[in-house]
Amino acid sequence: MAERSRKNDSDNHKPPAGKSRHVVARIDDVAPGERMRVTIGRRTIALFNLDGEFFALGDICPHEFGSLCKGKLSGLARSNAPGEYAIERPGEFIKCPWHGWEFDIRTGQSYCDPETMRARSFPASVAKGADIVEYESGPVKGPYVADTYPVHIADDYVVIEV
Amino acid sequence: MSMTLDTRPDASRTTRSNQKLSVIDCDIHPLAQTPGEITQFLPVQWREYVETWGGFYRQALANTLSHPRIAPDVARHDAYPPKGPPGSDLAFMSEQHLDANNVEYGMLMPLNRGPGNQRNLEFGAALSSAVNDWQVAYWTSRDERLRASIVIPQEDAGAAVAEIEKRAGDASFVQIMVPPRSLEPLGRKRYWPIYQAAVECNLPIALHVSGINGFASTASGFPSYYIEEHHSNVQGMQSLITSLVFEGVFERFPELRIVLVEGGIVWAQALRWRLDKHWQKFRSELPHIKRPPSEYVSRHIWFTTQPLDEPERPQDLAAIFQDIGIDRIMFSTDYPHWDFDDPRFVLGKLGLAPDLAQQIFSGNAKALYNL
Amino acid sequence: MPLTAETPSLFGPPAIDCDIHISVPSTDVLLPYLDAYWYDAFVSRGIDRTSFEMTGDSPGAPHSARPDWRPSAGRPGSDLPLLKGALDAFGTSAAIANCIFGGVALHSADMAGVMCRAVNQWVKEEWLDKEPRLRASILVPQNSPEHAVAEIEHWAPDTRFVQVLMLAGGKELLGQRYHWPMYEAAARYGLTIGVHAGSLYHHPLATSFGSYQAEDYVAQSFAFESQTLSLVSEGVFQKFPDLKVVFLESGVTWLPACLWRFNKTWRGVRPEIPWVERFPADIVREHVRLTVQPFDAPDMADGLRHWCDQMGTDEMLLFATDFPHWHFDGADAFPLSGDSSLARPILFDNPLATYARLHAVEQEDAIP
Repeated sequence: MAERSRKNDSDNHKPPAGKSRHVVARIDDVAPGERMRVTIGRRTIALFNLDGEFFALGDICPHEFGSLCKGKLSGLARSNAPGEYAIERPGEFIKCPWHGWEFDIRTGQSYCDPETMRARSFPASVAKGADIVEYESGPVKGPYVADTYPVHIADDYVVIEV
Repeated sequence: MSMTLDTRPDASRTTRSNQKLSVIDCDIHPLAQTPGEITQFLPVQWREYVETWGGFYRQALANTLSHPRIAPDVARHDAYPPKGPPGSDLAFMSEQHLDANNVEYGMLMPLNRGPGNQRNLEFGAALSSAVNDWQVAYWTSRDERLRASIVIPQEDAGAAVAEIEKRAGDASFVQIMVPPRSLEPLGRKRYWPIYQAAVECNLPIALHVSGINGFASTASGFPSYYIEEHHSNVQGMQSLITSLVFEGVFERFPELRIVLVEGGIVWAQALRWRLDKHWQKFRSELPHIKRPPSEYVSRHIWFTTQPLDEPERPQDLAAIFQDIGIDRIMFSTDYPHWDFDDPRFVLGKLGLAPDLAQQIFSGNAKALYNL
Repeated sequence: MPLTAETPSLFGPPAIDCDIHISVPSTDVLLPYLDAYWYDAFVSRGIDRTSFEMTGDSPGAPHSARPDWRPSAGRPGSDLPLLKGALDAFGTSAAIANCIFGGVALHSADMAGVMCRAVNQWVKEEWLDKEPRLRASILVPQNSPEHAVAEIEHWAPDTRFVQVLMLAGGKELLGQRYHWPMYEAAARYGLTIGVHAGSLYHHPLATSFGSYQAEDYVAQSFAFESQTLSLVSEGVFQKFPDLKVVFLESGVTWLPACLWRFNKTWRGVRPEIPWVERFPADIVREHVRLTVQPFDAPDMADGLRHWCDQMGTDEMLLFATDFPHWHFDGADAFPLSGDSSLARPILFDNPLATYARLHAVEQEDAIP
């Protein structure tokens, strides 16, 4: 499931068996509080930056297939008793733009039906450009192929594992 | 591969290789980009009236409903065109919905608290006509897939009939639109001239959830929350069917066709059972009712699918739809509202054989609206 | 008679009838229960000679009474021997009597409160004291929580009162906090809240006022649907986790579609009512019960089975005859065989589990 990405997580070079890693953005492309939709093969993925940490969810809402990336960021409305209202964890939930289903960006878990419904969650991490060029050929795909590496080799990139 | 937040309509969904069905959408909500778009069609004295007096409804608030909606503009968050509110831009609507979802025909249901709710009846009549002019000028004349609904001031039967007769020859109008929450239940005789005109012009009557009649939307008062108010659309439709049936509207107008829009469907099964069961004890009060109530429902009433009911046991949906009558059910999306139904979702949930699904997606609407 | 498992009913297992009707034959029977002021008011104003029959409850209407349950004189439901005969015929172990009196519709809360007190006193003396199988609901003026709570407090020590009675069509929706003092008191004493079909007509039962009583009768189930939304949305069951609500004479089969829709809407609108933290349908399954007469379905036996399958539980339904109303003929109050897996739950177990006070058979500290 989702691993919490750390700002300088460049230790883990090899993805687990059956998984591949894809560079999808430079970290500057998605500012804190912003989101971006990326495509890896046939998957559309919504990438979120929560205060410098990156999280990736399958973009398609498990309810009626709305695009989560087009939804609204919110906190979680909670209550201890009727008539009491509070918001917890502001900005850490994405609401589907259609029916408003709420998903925890960190885990993909839906709030209205935690048992059966969740958005697909993909591990996202940050890797340094210098490390990326040392990856073996094959799995690393994305917009920053070849022609961008030499230019931005010192930058940090967001890598998603699918 | 996208690098930035994509603000275009959902173009990645344009190619729907998995969507083989042709779709007729029986509930689309066009909106004016500015109020002037509609008021330009008003005679000058009514344009001045609007500027001076605004709307006048049977409720405390002048410009909004008493239960704020859960979403701004009642809309999907991704349905905002570059300019104007959701539903106001035909090009955007085409790209995001009509083209993307293979919509062969779309039935327009203009809302905005409706001219039929205006307490000033003369203004309501003028506004009805203006909305109807606007539908043609901005929508049906610009996209041949779209069809309009004749908006009428139902509380003034004479003016309503006049508006129906004015539009009846225009093929862009396929039905007459009336809000279910009218001053009196719609089965009452004061509304019968409207049904007379409908059958003479061979037009169905579409009842889209709405209406401000000054009464609470429940039998026990005004709900506190929007979630309750939203649900009360169901009770409104249930009341409507009960009134139409027990008042003998279908005995008097055997050709009349009624479309219930956006009220849901599956509740109608238990309602039919209830009507049939208790009618037996009330027969001496209702000597004009010659058939079991459920027969009138089966013969005269159509339902649109959105918001699609989601039974806890998915198989119950198909079973109940078949009990109510597959031929009476018509697909709708409610675009651009927040509780929009995507056709792929509906197809997946229906659990019906392709030919039955196709009836719901387009066949029944083609037959009803003569498309 | 103690409620035991060894007293089989006509249907096989023992039976507890959760909705029978008692009618006040005429207003003057309440006079003995009034204090000096109110006696004077009733007599001098002719209130004792006024009919408080409620709209939609015409005694001559077919649904008001089965022909064999109509007394030769007086209103349906006012004849104790007829009731005893029905209890004997069904072999009922206990029956919960609901006495609805039109005084609850009066806008003077004080007068409505006085009438409720008098009615409940009359029910105790003329019915509960004379037929040991009977239990009763406490009639309250639901529009006045102050008076309602006073009435609850007054009758709670008499364990033959098992429920607080109100109507589905009130001035405000029953979930609203305005009513909560009643629920607090009821929960404290283990009384259920009984919501019965009927209306005080502060609002039309339908979207507006129709022409026929048939419309209003059918519309009762719409009122119950609204009350379901209100009770859950307002958080009544969060606040009062032990409270049970019984829907009496609702028709029953409207509920599954209501809950599916409620669940669906809640998923998207949840933040509006953040104290509702699980599916509304699950809250209803836990806290709401329904009496089975009338049962709106072409075939009641199939309908009962199908409903329990759809709802995924056999714990929600309560046996009732709705005596003397006419919903079935002969002894066909319960169409399932006594061996059916649903029989004992509906006839006996569910009523016993719902009405906690049924367990307390002996009457302690009887009130005067």
